[in-house]
Amino acid sequence: MKRREFAKLSGLGVSAALLPAGLLTGRRVSAEDLLSPWLDVALKKRLADVALNAAKSKGATYADVRIGRYLRQYLFTRENKVQNIVNSESYGIGIRVIANGTWGFASTNEMSAESIARCAAEAVDMAKANAEIQLEPVVLAPQKGFGEKTWKTPIKKNAFEIPVKEKIDLLMEVNGAAMKNGASFVTSNLFFVNEQKYFASTDGSYIDQDIHRMWPTFTVSAVNKQTGRFKSRDALSAPIGMGYEYLSDNPAEKIVIPNGPTTYRYAYNMIEDATAAALQAKEKLSAKSVPAGKYDMILDPSNLGLTIHESVGHPLELDRVLGYEANLAGTSFATMEKLKSKNFQYGSKIVNLRADKIQPNTMGLVGYDDEGVPGKQWDLVKNGILVNFQATRDQVHLLGEKESQGCSFAESWDSVQFQRMPNVSLQPGLDKYSIHDMIKDTEKGIYILGRGSSSIDQQRYNFQFSGQLFYEIKNGAIVGMLDDVAYQSNTQEFWNSCARICDKDDYRLFGTFFDGKGQPGQVSAVSHGCPTTRFNGVNVINTGRKI
Amino acid sequence: MAILSQEEARKIIDKVLSYSKADEMKVELTGGRSGNIRFARNSVSTAGATNNLSLSVSSVFGKKTGTSDINEFDDASLEKAVRRAEEMARLAPENPEYVPMPGPQTYATSQAFADTTATIKAPDRAKLAGASIKSIMASQLSGAGFLEDSANFNAIGNSKGLVGYHKSTNVNFSLTIRTPDGTGSGYAAGDFNDVSKLNTGALTDVAIQKAKASQKAVALEPGKYTVILEPLAAGELVQFMINAMDARTADEGRSFLSKKGGGTRLGEKILDERVTIYSDPANAQIPSSPFSGEGYPHEKVTWFDKGVVKNMSYSPYWAQQKGAKPVPQPSGFVMEGGTQSLADLIKGTEKGILVTRFWYTRWLDPQTLLYTGLTRDGTFYIDKGQIKYPVKNFRFNESPVIMLNNLEAMGMPVRTRGNLVPPLRIRDFTFSSLSDAV
Repeated sequence: MKRREFAKLSGLGVSAALLPAGLLTGRRVSAEDLLSPWLDVALKKRLADVALNAAKSKGATYADVRIGRYLRQYLFTRENKVQNIVNSESYGIGIRVIANGTWGFASTNEMSAESIARCAAEAVDMAKANAEIQLEPVVLAPQKGFGEKTWKTPIKKNAFEIPVKEKIDLLMEVNGAAMKNGASFVTSNLFFVNEQKYFASTDGSYIDQDIHRMWPTFTVSAVNKQTGRFKSRDALSAPIGMGYEYLSDNPAEKIVIPNGPTTYRYAYNMIEDATAAALQAKEKLSAKSVPAGKYDMILDPSNLGLTIHESVGHPLELDRVLGYEANLAGTSFATMEKLKSKNFQYGSKIVNLRADKIQPNTMGLVGYDDEGVPGKQWDLVKNGILVNFQATRDQVHLLGEKESQGCSFAESWDSVQFQRMPNVSLQPGLDKYSIHDMIKDTEKGIYILGRGSSSIDQQRYNFQFSGQLFYEIKNGAIVGMLDDVAYQSNTQEFWNSCARICDKDDYRLFGTFFDGKGQPGQVSAVSHGCPTTRFNGVNVINTGRKI
Repeated sequence: MAILSQEEARKIIDKVLSYSKADEMKVELTGGRSGNIRFARNSVSTAGATNNLSLSVSSVFGKKTGTSDINEFDDASLEKAVRRAEEMARLAPENPEYVPMPGPQTYATSQAFADTTATIKAPDRAKLAGASIKSIMASQLSGAGFLEDSANFNAIGNSKGLVGYHKSTNVNFSLTIRTPDGTGSGYAAGDFNDVSKLNTGALTDVAIQKAKASQKAVALEPGKYTVILEPLAAGELVQFMINAMDARTADEGRSFLSKKGGGTRLGEKILDERVTIYSDPANAQIPSSPFSGEGYPHEKVTWFDKGVVKNMSYSPYWAQQKGAKPVPQPSGFVMEGGTQSLADLIKGTEKGILVTRFWYTRWLDPQTLLYTGLTRDGTFYIDKGQIKYPVKNFRFNESPVIMLNNLEAMGMPVRTRGNLVPPLRIRDFTFSSLSDAV
C-alpha cells in the first residue's frame, strides 16, 4: 500500500502522510491469519544454513541471515464509521555478507533452497563489485555464537487474540466520548505489530525472537466556524512494547494534575483521554496566545521524550558522528574529540542519560539485536558529561571497544541492518519530588504535554519543539491554557538548563514507531523514558500567524 | 524481469476477474525492481537490490470490501485469492463511505519509462558512484551520496470494464560534500525518468563548489530577509501547500482553504497573481501515472491560476456528497515561472540570502500552513547582485501562503523531486534563529 493511499484510508491527514511507507507493506491477510503458525524453527535453521553455506562457498568471510515474518494490524475509524481494517503479513529472507572486506546484501521472498542459495550468491557478487570502490574494509567486532536461543516480549495479552469486533467497539466508544463532549471531528486508530525474526550467522548463533508492540491513538478536532478557527488534540498515549493489557484502566498507573490533564503510565484509559481531549480542544480555541520570551519549562514525558530522541538519541549515533549519514540525516555536534576529552558538559550535573535494550515495556526491548548481540545497558551522559555513543559490530572498534553495544536493526527482512538508536532515557531524580512539587516551585513557567511539531538541524544544535497542551504557571499554580507555543534552544544550552527532575514515581515512557534514518529510508521503533523535568529560562516563540 | 507488458498483465487480470462472484471486483497487478548504492567518507558503505511482483484482489458485496494479495500466478492460486477476498468481504464491517467502482475511463498518455534506466545493474551503480568519489577526492573533500534506480509497472482492471496500464522508471542521485575541517558543506541532487539525462558529474561539481564556498560562514542576525530559494528549497514549501488541497477538510472547516463563517476559499485570490500551479501526468519533463489507485483519471488540473484557488482534490466519497467529480491528489506539480536563470535572479538582487535547500521542515499550524525548518548545505549572502560570503544556517518559521504573497521574482522552472519548480525571490522571509550546524 502506498503511503498516500494509507493516509487517505486512515483519515489521519497530515500525520499519516508522514508515516513511512516501510511499515505499510506486506500482503493483506485475514485477522485469523495473524495467529497462524509459520515455518517451524527446525525448517528456519535448515534454510538459514543453506544461505550461510552458499555465502561461504562463494567466498564470504562472514554472513548473517534474517528470516523474518512481520504481522501487522491497523484499525482506522472516524466519528461513527469504521474506515478500514488492514491485516498484513510480510515474510522473506535477507542475507548479508562480507566479501573482499565489503558488505553485500540481497533479499527474496521465495523461500525455496535454490532461491535462497541464489540470493546468497547475489549478495556476495554485489560485495565483490563494490569492493572495487572500497577504501575502508569492514572490521567486525567478534561476537560469540549462542547456539539455538529463543526470546519473546513478555506480554500478558496478545493483541491479535482479541477479536476485531472488540477493538472496533472500543474505538466507537472513544469516538462517541469525544463527540459527546463537544468534538467536531475525531479519528481513532489501533496499531499492532508482531515481528517474528530468526537470526543466524557464521558465528554459530540461531536466534528465534517473537517481538510485540502496539499503539492506540486518536486526534480530536474542534472547529469554530464563526471565527474560522480550528484546534486539535492528539492522544497522550505512548506507542509501547506491551500487549493488549496496555488498554486498561488502573488508577495506580495515572497521574492527575489539579487544573490540568491526566497522564498515563503502563495502563491507558483511551475513552477517558478522548473525553478530556474534546474538552481541551474546545478550550484551545479560546486559549491565550503566548507572549514570546523566556520561561521555565516543565516538560511532561509525553513531550520531553521526543526532545530526548532528537537532541540526545540521534547526535550520539556513532555512524552520524563519523559521517556515514552525512547525505541525509547529517552529522553530529557531539564529535569524537568531545567524547575523548572526558569533560564535555552535555548537560547539568543532574543529567544522566542511559542507552538501554533490555528495559521492560519499551519499544526497543529485544533479546538480541539484528547481528546477534544480546541486549545491553550503558551510560551515554553521566553526571552531565558525555561518556559514550551507540554502535554496531562494524563500528565499535572506532570507540576502542571490543564488543558491540547491540544497536543493529533492519526494519524488515528486505532491508539491510545498520546502526539504530536503542531506548535512550533520562534517569529520575534521587530525591522524592512530584509534578505537584514542581508546579508549586515554579514562578513563571509553561507546562507542556504531548508530542507536537519538532525540528532540529543536521548536527543537532538548534531545535524547536511544540506540544499538544500548554498550561501557564504563575506563582506555583496552573492559571490557564496557552496557545501558539514553541520552544527553541540549542542542545547543549538546553540540557545545561535542566534544573530539576521528578522522582521515579513520575517516570513514564514516550515512544515512536517511525524513527526514520538511512537511504533508502528505514523506520525503527524506540522508547524514551523520563519523569517530568524542568528547564529554566528557555526561549519561547509565538507561532500564531495570519494568512 | 518483473515488468509485465500491457498484454501479459491484461491476460492475468481478465482471468482473475472471470473468477469473481462478488458485486464488484478490482484487480491490481504491480511489479518491478529497484537497486541502490550508498557511499560515505569517499567509500562505498551499503548497497541493495529487490524485485517484486504482486497481485491484489478487492471484492465488494454491498458496501463491504475484502482485499487479498498474492505473489503466485498459477490458476489455482489466482482463484484462491479471489475466494479469499470474497470471504473477507463478507466478514468485513460495512463502510458507509463506500462508492461504487468507476466504469471504463480514458487516460492521458504518459511516457515515463526508459530502457536505459530499466537495465541498470550493480556494476553500473558502482561506476557512477566511483566517478563521483574520484572527483571529490581530487578536490581533497569528503563525500557521502546515494544513487537509486527503479523500474515498475502498474496494471488495474475492474468488473465494470475499467482497464489501465502504466510503466515507469526513475533514478535519483544526491550527494553531500564536506570540507575536511567540517566548516563547509555542499549539496546537489537530481531525479529523472531517463538515466541518460542524469549528469552525476555536473551534480558532483556543484556540491564541491558549494562545499568550498560555504567554509567559515558569517553569523547574521535572524529577522526578515529577501531570499532566493533554489528550486529544491522552494519546491519543498510549495509541495506542502499542494498536499493540503483536500476539499473535505476545507469543507469541514479545518484547512487553510476553510473560510471564516463556513465554506471554502475556492475562487478566491490568495496568492500573488503571478502564481499558477497545475498538475499534468502527460508533462514530458515529469511524466507520472495517468490514473489513481481507484482508477480515476489524473487529468491536467490547475490548482492555482494567477493566484486564485481553482481546484481542490475530491475523494470519490466527498465528490459524491458534493455533486463534484473525483479529483485525485496529484503525484507531481508544475509551478510556472519566468525565463531568468538562477544566476540572473542573483544578479538582480540588491541584498538577500541564497538558500540551497531546507532541512527538517515540519508543520506548526495547519490553519496558516506555518512550517519550520532550517537552511542547509550552502547559504550565502548576496550584495548588489553578487554572492559575497557564506552565512551561518538559519531556522525559518514561514508559511508557503505568506511566502507566495511576498513574491518578487521567479526564474525558469527545473525538475526537482518529481516537480517542476522555479527558483523564487521572496521578500520578508522569516528567519527566527541561528544554527551552528554545518
